[in-house]
Amino acid sequence: MTGWRTLFYKEVLRFWKVGFQTVAAPVLTAVLYLLIFGHVLEDHVQVYPGVGYTSFLVPGLVMMSVLQNAFANSSSSLIQSKITGNLVFLLVTPLSHRAWFAAYVGASLVRGLVVGTGVFLVTAWLAPPHFAEPWWILIFAALGAGMLGSMGLIAGLWAEKFDQLAAFQNFIIMPMTFLSGVFYSVHSLPGVWQTVSHLNPFFYMIDGFRRGFFGVSDVSPWISLAVVGVSFVIVSAVALRLLAIGWKLRG
Amino acid sequence: MFQTPSPTPPAVRFERVAKTYSGARGTLRALDGVSFDIAQGEFFGLLGPNGAGKTTLISILAGLTLATEGRVTVMGHDVLADYAAARRALGIVPQELVFDPFFSVRETLVIQSGYFGVKNNGAWIDELLASLGLEDQAGANMRQLSGGMKRRVLVAQALVHRPPVIVLDEPTAGVDVELRQTLWQFVSRLNRDGHTVLLTTHYLEEAEALCSRIAMLKAGRVVALDRTANLLAGTASTMLRFKTDDPLPPAMAAQARITGRSVQLTARDAAEVEALLGRLRGAGVRIEELEIGRADLEDVFLEIMQAAA
Repeated sequence: MTGWRTLFYKEVLRFWKVGFQTVAAPVLTAVLYLLIFGHVLEDHVQVYPGVGYTSFLVPGLVMMSVLQNAFANSSSSLIQSKITGNLVFLLVTPLSHRAWFAAYVGASLVRGLVVGTGVFLVTAWLAPPHFAEPWWILIFAALGAGMLGSMGLIAGLWAEKFDQLAAFQNFIIMPMTFLSGVFYSVHSLPGVWQTVSHLNPFFYMIDGFRRGFFGVSDVSPWISLAVVGVSFVIVSAVALRLLAIGWKLRG
Repeated sequence: MFQTPSPTPPAVRFERVAKTYSGARGTLRALDGVSFDIAQGEFFGLLGPNGAGKTTLISILAGLTLATEGRVTVMGHDVLADYAAARRALGIVPQELVFDPFFSVRETLVIQSGYFGVKNNGAWIDELLASLGLEDQAGANMRQLSGGMKRRVLVAQALVHRPPVIVLDEPTAGVDVELRQTLWQFVSRLNRDGHTVLLTTHYLEEAEALCSRIAMLKAGRVVALDRTANLLAGTASTMLRFKTDDPLPPAMAAQARITGRSVQLTARDAAEVEALLGRLRGAGVRIEELEIGRADLEDVFLEIMQAAA
């Protein structure tokens, strides 16, 4: 029991010790997005009736920060430990694959939620928020962070070099986040792209999350919950399996 | 039901361990059926030239590498089927000087204890820091330490959970004399207290001084396995060293270790020493600075490696 908690604590401490880079920087990035896009588009775009563009944008940016930071935490920790070689200290311990999973994904969840809360608190001052159905906010934030933490774990196991990890981030995670409806409602897209968007599990995370704020969404939050829940289970099962066989860990 | 108590398991058991690496340039058999036991409380040496498979064998023992064939146990626990118990019984000091740059020395040791489920380990951590001369560095970040100090932390890290079996993989490579002495005093004390020690080293005088039993590996096979004393006694035990400018008779030159003007020959006993000197005189070889001494492990090692070639 203490074993996985120690690893979890170590993983949280790892990002917290460099919080300026791991928490403050992504909060600033999200606020800059809000200031610029909000300023430019506020008077031109109305996605939901009675909701200003800046208010619409806030939940998307919060969720984007949650997802990207959850991914960054587990993936960067693993690749750093692999490249510096200090992963050996963990490999010689009796920790099970479940303990590894719980600790890495748990710490990613914490980082995602801390950054998301930071973005929310700063932007709340710029665009006062509504909380139409707050439970969806918590459910989708937690599931989204957990799923991205899990994906980060897989990417961290797979990558052997920092540029491979960067490729995973830039060619998979970034496009899936940006094309999920952070900056727009998918209803404003041409038909083909609406269909494509519906194949992206990230779309359901952000749509469900936004539902918690405005009480309106592009699809039913129950459908989103099902899609995100199933995706989380699949990704977690893959991550657990890879850890259990020691994929790219034990030669 | 009455059950007979199981006999004490060996500290480490290797059973027909093989490891094959498949790569673009074909397959490499790094270990080829290695079998031996290390009894509890032994100070055991694992020797061999570079590439003999020492580190591969240690990695399989630690669960860092999976054997292609065979089975390894630590204190009776299979390193795969019962990995948690096997790893709890094992403390391994890796060969590479690795560290986590995010933490101080004490944090590193507290975290490593936690991984093994050991809580409130402060007293033992203090003892480790004191025994390894690390008290003044306890609060320092790992990045600030010299190489020797990092090496000491590696040793402390391997021992936080008080493992009965300690593995040291080339622990004194590139280490200063002071640390070598600190380390060997400490490890010898642990061995006297009942810990089993498995040591791989390039420094044969260290193995000779410390290890009661030795296995020699070559090209993935065990080529010698015996008590250190028997290894020294079983081969030519007397060493004859001198300097000369004259060429040796060819038959003798083939058996000699020649470094510049210095020549070293081994003999089984005093009579063979006399015979060797007679042959040298007969061949007209003028010798200077003659020394006769006991052969050391290095001579044994070279003899065995040549015989296995």
